Amino acid sequence: MIRLKETRIYSSCRRRPASRALETLDPGLRRDDDEGVNPRFLDKATLLFCVFLLAIPATTALAGEAKSGYEYIKPESRAMQDDDFENPGMLAVEKGQVLFNSKQNGAGRDCAECHGEDGASLDTKNIARYPVYNEDAAEIVTLQKRISRCRDQNTGSKPLPTDHPDLVNLETFVRNRAIGEAVNVQTDGPVAGLLEAGKQLYNTRYGLIDMACYHCHDVYPGQMIRGQKISQGQGNGFPAYRLGTGEITNLHQRIQQCLTLMRAEPFAADSGEIRLMGLYVMSRSNGLRIETPAVRY
Amino acid sequence: MQFLKTLVLILLACLPLTGMTSGQGGLPEDYCHWEVVEYAIVEPLCGLAGDAQRGREIVTDSNRGNCLACHQLPIPGVEAYGTIGPPLEGIAARLSVPMIRLRVVDTRNINPVSIMPGFYRDPRLINRPGEEYRGRTFLTARQVEDVIAYLATLK
Repeated sequence: MIRLKETRIYSSCRRRPASRALETLDPGLRRDDDEGVNPRFLDKATLLFCVFLLAIPATTALAGEAKSGYEYIKPESRAMQDDDFENPGMLAVEKGQVLFNSKQNGAGRDCAECHGEDGASLDTKNIARYPVYNEDAAEIVTLQKRISRCRDQNTGSKPLPTDHPDLVNLETFVRNRAIGEAVNVQTDGPVAGLLEAGKQLYNTRYGLIDMACYHCHDVYPGQMIRGQKISQGQGNGFPAYRLGTGEITNLHQRIQQCLTLMRAEPFAADSGEIRLMGLYVMSRSNGLRIETPAVRY
Repeated sequence: MQFLKTLVLILLACLPLTGMTSGQGGLPEDYCHWEVVEYAIVEPLCGLAGDAQRGREIVTDSNRGNCLACHQLPIPGVEAYGTIGPPLEGIAARLSVPMIRLRVVDTRNINPVSIMPGFYRDPRLINRPGEEYRGRTFLTARQVEDVIAYLATLK
């Protein structure tokens, strides 16, 4: 790899703690850090330049109050989301509702037996906490996984693979029960370290297009990429109906589709990476109202 | 005869393998090395001469350059431009061709945190490329030179 000696000034900028998150943006560059910084380059102009570079992400972070994807979609898409009869995502809610209230695949019981007809006794505040961390099993549990396990253990119906359409429909229905509730993912205790790991993944470049989630969703929200406005990549609307694919899509699937768009190998369903990324992305949405099923591009 | 048939079948089965590079860590055989001098790449990639007309097609083609996903370009009839990168009208009045070349080939030699992909970045530096994209550059050397030839007309 051919690289100018002068590029070290960037290494010296990037080594400051405030910019540590950016190091993961370019694993290829990290090798340069070991060589040390030539003091010749640390003159005033360089320092000013470093401050300028650091100011870019810093200002976006300051202005970075969480905004739902709703604020970035076109007015006609907002109108579509707001009208239950127009919102194509409601179809998944209705399918999920039928599954919830009926015995599936020759099961002995249905979800409604414990959780009430249409999930009347579900705790919406608890739904808003997903994904959660299960300390005993030391694992991140998504809402779909929680539903899937409950279904397997208590209804006696045949287990389904992750992201099976029935599970996505059930997930959409249950999440929709908590519409309007503020996203409330745990961020302290054992979860803090997991969020840090998720953030690292979020800040890493992937695929031939070689961009990190950070690039579009932290630096350029509000800017246009071709005909679409870039959002903050928030999770509060998911599962959401995607205009781009015409399908109901949960957060993990959306992240996988984004990685595929980057011409990258997407993280596998149920992998540690996709769970960390999903946890981190949803934690960024803390405080935003659940909109499931949102309409998104 | 049966033996020959089997041999041919085995050879045919191996055919797709011959086109493969050594996985994620490999460089394609036709990859041309380039050198950065004074924030620029003076020599055209592989010594190729670009064609501005072809370049103009590549910059708007979403399956090839897709430059307008992020940049505004002075091409009539295209409306959905991106606003992520700077508009490219007059770029050749602001930058020399070797400076443009470095920015298209791998702009991270200038700005390591840039969102812009390197269109002829060393494929070994790409993290987690999709299976069909391993050992590949975003554009071919010829396509990059075509794009540069087009950008050089924007004065």
